[in-house]
Amino acid sequence: MKKFLFMLVFACSLSSCESVKEYQKAKINDAEMVLTAKKTEKFENTFQLYREGSSGANGGKTGGGCGCN
Amino acid sequence: MKKRVISAAVLAFMFTFQAKAQNDTVSGNYKKQKLKIEEINFISSYYKQDGDNSAVTGGVGTEKLTDIATNLEVILSKKDKKNNIHSFDVSLGIDTYTSASSDNIDPNTVSSASSQDVRVYPSFDYNYTNVEKKYAVHAGVSFSAEFDYTSIGANIGYTKTSKDKNREFSVKGMAFFDTWKVILPVELQNNPSDNEANHLDTKPRTSYNLGFTLSQVINKKFQMALLADIGYQEGLLATKFNRVYFDDVSVHSEKLPSTRFKIPVGLRANYYLTDRIILRSYYRYYYDNWGINSHTFSLEPSIKLSAFSSLSLPYRFYAQSEAKYFKPIYQHQGIDEYFTSDYDLSKFSSNMIGLGYHITDSDKGIFNIKRIHSLELRYGYYTRNNGLDSHIITLALQFK
Repeated sequence: MKKFLFMLVFACSLSSCESVKEYQKAKINDAEMVLTAKKTEKFENTFQLYREGSSGANGGKTGGGCGCN
Repeated sequence: MKKRVISAAVLAFMFTFQAKAQNDTVSGNYKKQKLKIEEINFISSYYKQDGDNSAVTGGVGTEKLTDIATNLEVILSKKDKKNNIHSFDVSLGIDTYTSASSDNIDPNTVSSASSQDVRVYPSFDYNYTNVEKKYAVHAGVSFSAEFDYTSIGANIGYTKTSKDKNREFSVKGMAFFDTWKVILPVELQNNPSDNEANHLDTKPRTSYNLGFTLSQVINKKFQMALLADIGYQEGLLATKFNRVYFDDVSVHSEKLPSTRFKIPVGLRANYYLTDRIILRSYYRYYYDNWGINSHTFSLEPSIKLSAFSSLSLPYRFYAQSEAKYFKPIYQHQGIDEYFTSDYDLSKFSSNMIGLGYHITDSDKGIFNIKRIHSLELRYGYYTRNNGLDSHIITLALQFK
């Protein structure tokens, strides 16, 4: 519950973030800064989905689509 | 089931037809654009694991498994007369795996079930981006088939970007309509241990997922994303060829509830520490109504070797509590309503370390082949505190 509240507070505090112009985003737009899993993590995520009881919150599915959990 | 297959095929055909029907004609000031290939991604991995807690043999015995997975993805796009973007993502994945534990469904027949099997999974997604109003919608269909499992999936989503492009909110709904072909352990095939399913029955499993993502640029060097999912599954959620040995030494086929509710919440934060070092981090808390709570934490420093290449050192820690239906071999009792000895549902922690290399060169290309825009190679070693170890190596090539 504490973690959920922390994330809620985080979400609510986003409005106070610095406004970054497009021309200031050289670092933000770096390929390593992307806010999704890398392409080479695709199959890592798949085997973790099979080998662990948890799934989701990574931009993909929480279950179904294969004989995994 | 038949209706779903037909609906998915019709949708795929409509999108494909639309993609092909683009002509290079002129009308007014707008010159119709041809659909062009934006990028092609080829990803292939080799995975190998071993352990001593196979669920097929009741939580003891080899878990040796190898898997070669390959995925080819083609992304096509075009702009319409309002400069909005239509893109089409066509993907085909093929996994080939060998599993020693699956041989033990029937130990006398090495070629049983999935001693060597193939999973094929094509998918198709359409994405529309309204550049002026800064929103995007997408829809997609997927299919997956393996020796005992067939899946038809559909997804739909919406993304809204703020005026300054510093904040983005997206919502995505997914549904998978799956079918199991029930395979029981050989000694139970003519004498099932419960009335949930008979050998070679077909049973449904349906999964729904609603996912939310809120991402935010914090400053010129720092951005974060909050991810939350709500997952619900119903149908046959047990793997019926998994054996469970009770305290009276009787053998049973795994039995689990027919519904499962999951809530994972994650936070991703990436920080451009110096001109040479970028830190990628991720945390997830997971809860489900089978009693599993877990924490996942990963940190991946990426070191720039040059303007075009980088080396990364990923580390991941994972810990989960056990499902309330899990017990090791010979510990379940006759009064238990649900039971499993699958160690993937036991209490454990795991560590994963790896090494990644990434090179991009849009001018000369990789290996002087201009079409190859980037190459990414990644190795990971995964170890669980109950003895399971695995290795995975993945190669990703991007063509433009």
